[in-house]
Amino acid sequence: MSSETSLTPWSPTAAGIAHDVRAGNIAITDVAEHYIKRTETLHKGLNTHLQFDGNDVRRQAKAQQARLKSESATMPLAGVPIVVKDNICVSGVRTTCASKILENYTATYDATVINRLRAAGAVFFGKANCDEFAMGSSNENSAYGPVKNPWDLARVPGGSSGGSAAAVAADLAPVALGSDTGGSIRQPAAFCGIVGLKTTYGRVSRYGLVAFGSSLDQIGPMTRTVEDSALVFDVLAGFDPHDSTSLANGAAESSKLIAKMQSGKPDLKGMRVGIAKEFFEEGLDASTAKVVEAAIDEIKKLGASIKTVSLPHIKYSVATYYILATAEASANLARFDGIRYGYRAKDKSLSLKDLYRTTRAEGFGREVKQRIMLGTFALSSGYYDAYYAKANRARAMIAEDYRKAFSEVDLLVSPTAPTSAFKIGEKSNDPLAMYLSDICTIPVNLAGIPAISIPCGFDGAGLPVGLQLMAPLMGEEKLLTGAYAYEHATQWHRQRHPKIG
Amino acid sequence: MSMPPSGTASVTQKSGSASGAKSGDGVLDRYEPVIGLEVHCQLKTKTKLFCSCSTKFGVLPNHNTCPICLGHPGVLPVLNKEAVDYAIRLALALDAEIHETSVFARKQYFYPDLPKGYQITQYDLPYCTDGKLKLSSGTVVRIMRIHMEEDAGKNVHGEASSYVDLNRAGIPLLEIVTHADLRNPEDAADYLKRLRSLVRHLDICDGNLEEGSFRCDVNISIRKRGVEKFGTRCEIKNLNSFKNIERAIRYEIIRQADILDHGGTVTQQTMQFDAASGKTSAMRSKEESHDYRYFPEPDLRPLKITKTRIDAVREGLAELPEAMAKRFQAQFGLSEYDATVLTADRDFAHFFEAVVRRVNGSVSHKIVANWVTSEFLRELNVREWDVANPPVTADMLGELLELLGREVVSGRIAKTIFEEMVEKGGTAGSIVQRDGLTQISDVGAIRAVVSQVLSESTTQIEQYLLGKDKLFGFFVGQVMKKCEGKMNPGLVNDTLKEMLNARRAGG
Repeated sequence: MSSETSLTPWSPTAAGIAHDVRAGNIAITDVAEHYIKRTETLHKGLNTHLQFDGNDVRRQAKAQQARLKSESATMPLAGVPIVVKDNICVSGVRTTCASKILENYTATYDATVINRLRAAGAVFFGKANCDEFAMGSSNENSAYGPVKNPWDLARVPGGSSGGSAAAVAADLAPVALGSDTGGSIRQPAAFCGIVGLKTTYGRVSRYGLVAFGSSLDQIGPMTRTVEDSALVFDVLAGFDPHDSTSLANGAAESSKLIAKMQSGKPDLKGMRVGIAKEFFEEGLDASTAKVVEAAIDEIKKLGASIKTVSLPHIKYSVATYYILATAEASANLARFDGIRYGYRAKDKSLSLKDLYRTTRAEGFGREVKQRIMLGTFALSSGYYDAYYAKANRARAMIAEDYRKAFSEVDLLVSPTAPTSAFKIGEKSNDPLAMYLSDICTIPVNLAGIPAISIPCGFDGAGLPVGLQLMAPLMGEEKLLTGAYAYEHATQWHRQRHPKIG
Repeated sequence: MSMPPSGTASVTQKSGSASGAKSGDGVLDRYEPVIGLEVHCQLKTKTKLFCSCSTKFGVLPNHNTCPICLGHPGVLPVLNKEAVDYAIRLALALDAEIHETSVFARKQYFYPDLPKGYQITQYDLPYCTDGKLKLSSGTVVRIMRIHMEEDAGKNVHGEASSYVDLNRAGIPLLEIVTHADLRNPEDAADYLKRLRSLVRHLDICDGNLEEGSFRCDVNISIRKRGVEKFGTRCEIKNLNSFKNIERAIRYEIIRQADILDHGGTVTQQTMQFDAASGKTSAMRSKEESHDYRYFPEPDLRPLKITKTRIDAVREGLAELPEAMAKRFQAQFGLSEYDATVLTADRDFAHFFEAVVRRVNGSVSHKIVANWVTSEFLRELNVREWDVANPPVTADMLGELLELLGREVVSGRIAKTIFEEMVEKGGTAGSIVQRDGLTQISDVGAIRAVVSQVLSESTTQIEQYLLGKDKLFGFFVGQVMKKCEGKMNPGLVNDTLKEMLNARRAGG
């Protein structure tokens, strides 16, 4: 394995690494050294990592290598480097959520996804930068500085899982974990030209994911190939007794389906694909629209039948989302009060009330405070019915729109985001424009359904564009096999590659 | 506050008189109190409501904690099934409606003893509504609702700093809220005693007011007699004994009456009761009250309680106090009064039954009941014994009563032996042996003492024979004095009668 710092034309995948490791072609420790070197060379320039410790990686690699001999069969991710978004707890590792308020917080337990991935043989490659508490669409809301897009260092990687997306795009690891509350996996995946999967709500345990919008949050894989997403998804998915919202029948075996497709020439014959005009209305960048339309033509060529459907209520998605997600967040973030852990205001003379006020005023960033205030307002006595209760009704209508649409089609397609990656600072002073960059992804979280963003070409500026595929509840297998057929036919994911630095 | 069974103790005591802070003469003639009660009852489940931490009391601060009950980032609650079953037990015992679907909610406020910044509770959709509890006065108190929630921790204030102990944080609570159906302090106290007795019978709560496992808040207003409209109410918080609850209510009635008598208006506020001064004082007024911003807890699915589950809990339900009292009357031939006293507390009732088993018919149930409700209960309260584990065990008391039944010792000696057992321990048998307290039933020996007494009491015999029957007791007393109470009283009586009659015939 080479250790050069520029990107090779093609870099190893998780599937490839696990295969070679299990076949005895390469040692986990060698894989680790390769990626340690890449990460140490590149992560500071991109600001992808909030925490990286090469020696910790070496210890993990050694431990996984020792297991191989007897446990190889239960290690589908043997030796696979995975970057973890910094809102997911890894025991003994600093978990800041890119916030000052948790600047010195070390997690005391492992998230369920961490346990599952470690058992599957993965090696964790530090903690990825993100928007503070996963609130943002550009990664500019990190208390530790913005992440740079490997395709153009002047541009944002998207958010909130910006560090995860950039790390995978720059091949600092073949896999990163992201979390998706309103598009935080899919939109950065699109901006960075990689694959990002948001799973059915409840299919992947949230235990150990620092909550933003509890009824919307899902952890998911960010990879360069659909096959890798399927591989990681199979490990992540399944019932967790520590998460009461976890689905009893959540387990998945999607990578088997993809393995079967690899021997033949995958197509989309018999697949009914829906297009909702609501995703192609104003706000959609013309250059992005052109790329997505070409992708739809390709889907047609692969044998799918295309049908226009209507999702009349998704125009309320952004408003609904910014009430429900902020309401939940306002409660979820109440525990960061400086009493038990995390940042505490330095002034020792403060009264209890002022200790709370000062700690939170100093510890949280601007966007987080704005959302806490929005959510607090939406739940306040006298406003609850007009905001929170009404938003819940709108949410039910949006979910019903999808249910109806999926009675006619197998998958829906849309752009993942209305534009490609924008410049750092371009939208920082226009929160509404920023919120609208999630317009295509938000309704999916409200409905709880799975969706994936896959590379589908490049816009006029040469920036990657993402195609979003959506499936009904528990429809990940359909989603991943459909996405795989498209990826296999187009090879967009390996046609070009970012140039770093 | 006496130790359990304080409910029982109060039945035998005159409750409440002169416990008001100042004289309330005539207040109750002019005003009618309207009282509603909220009880927080800590469930004695092995683990907390949403995590697997122990609920054990009295361990080092913050010993029973984990990332979940400490409110660490990323943790999620998982509902304790045992707590739900306990909740169902209480609902069944109060003849209440159990809802198939109920919803947990977040109640939000900032306080150092509340790790998450919100309490997980039930709000608009509690698991249970519309129960009832009948009081000894005949009043039926309507239970408005019962809901499940998690307890908060405790702030501990030191000299320079304050500390937080989160052992209690997350312990399951049931909150039981009545309608404003109570009209006097006695009924309020009786309701609480009965509810406490009930949760102890159900074995879901140890009912300890002092340790805070059974906590009571009182809502109270007064209105002019004959007036329909309720007055403005005040809430009294954190009352830690039945006596203080009655005192606080009495004081509050007088306080509110005083305001109204002087043309003022009662302000809605939260009061605290100071046991030392016997007075209530304002904690906070309604203007300062929180907007708790309740909303459904997204980390928990709605709670479903199926009929099958309710039936399974009903199947295993412990005998309730009322049914137990009826059984005691039927099975042991006890009076309603004795049965009620004995069954007011589950452990006390079990103690009685254990003594009955131990004496195994050698002494009547009535005598066992008398001993348990008088001698034993007195010591229990005075010495603040733990009724579940008293130093004079059921076995020890049973042995003593068996000696009494078999006429090995007299009643008087039995009481002396009991006192000895209480003071110094030891079994009745060993005390009898050591002190030679065995009852004398040898007729010859008795006749000898009786004739000695008669020969020394010629004056009294004359008076007796002239018709002063009361002097019989004098002769008995003299005999007992001489034998140090060891002679069988029945035989002494018989012998005395026989020998006196002989004198009468002979004289």
